[in-house]
Amino acid sequence: MSDTHSHDHGHDHGHDHGPPPDKDGPLTYYQAMETAVRELLIEKGVVSADEVRAAIEDMDARSPAQGAKVAARAWVDPDYKARLLADGSAACEELGISMGPTRLVVVEDREKLHNVIVCTLCSCYPRALLGLPPDWYKARAYRSRVVREPRAVLREFGTEIADDWELRVHDSTADMRYMVLPRRPAGTAGWSEEQLAGLVTRDCLIGVSLPKQPAAEA
Amino acid sequence: MSARFAPGDAVRVRWAHPPGHLRTPYYVRGKNGVIERICGAFANPEELAFGRDGLPTRPLYRVRFDQRTLWPDYAGREGDSVEVEIFEHWLEPGT
Repeated sequence: MSDTHSHDHGHDHGHDHGPPPDKDGPLTYYQAMETAVRELLIEKGVVSADEVRAAIEDMDARSPAQGAKVAARAWVDPDYKARLLADGSAACEELGISMGPTRLVVVEDREKLHNVIVCTLCSCYPRALLGLPPDWYKARAYRSRVVREPRAVLREFGTEIADDWELRVHDSTADMRYMVLPRRPAGTAGWSEEQLAGLVTRDCLIGVSLPKQPAAEA
Repeated sequence: MSARFAPGDAVRVRWAHPPGHLRTPYYVRGKNGVIERICGAFANPEELAFGRDGLPTRPLYRVRFDQRTLWPDYAGREGDSVEVEIFEHWLEPGT
């Protein structure tokens, strides 16, 4: 049966097109290998199926909201910010975020300096803090272009960095993981940490975007 | 950990293309930069990739490069930079 059959025969004949078929193709090489290794580890009692499930659950519980909480705390507490810039992982642990073996380096946006994160070699990302990376972060287009023409890439995200600002790209090539601490938006004096955290998005913690601006007061 | 280089030192990444699993991006090889910080000492990923222990650990640095030294036709402003983690055995004194 062809799914490209001509439709100029009209639709008065009542045949059932049905829902589109699932796109489940055969497993790829690595999908099959993952399943095989996982099943062997469980069969040999090295890990249990429940431990595997719990590890996935733990991963899924990590999200950019954790990074937003860290950024907001740094905005309201200069001593915390100093500790965060000196040792990112320890400062996250202070807020109850378990970083495991991740060595986090926090790079601070300042007047005349904007930072952006990439991993050109693969897709290193501070997963313990921010959860899974977005697909574009892992794509060859982003990884190869952002070190080569970062201003053009940021423009495609809607982020214009002025010509008299330094743009600094951080390539996570080895054992460190990175998060950008954006600049606190103007017009947020007196805001609570929770309110401030609401302005911090995943993309501004990677550095391809800026924090949301506070809505203009009516 | 005894580190050969200190923050502020000029370094050059070795121009080398050994086979195997390398964490030194091609685009910085042979390029001059400046040590930004010492990250600590870590197992050698070129050994870990083949199931060995990667010991002894080796100093890992963050090296800052001027974009224009990496890409002669770089379109952004002068002073834009890239920072990359490089293991000590990939670095030599720079100019």
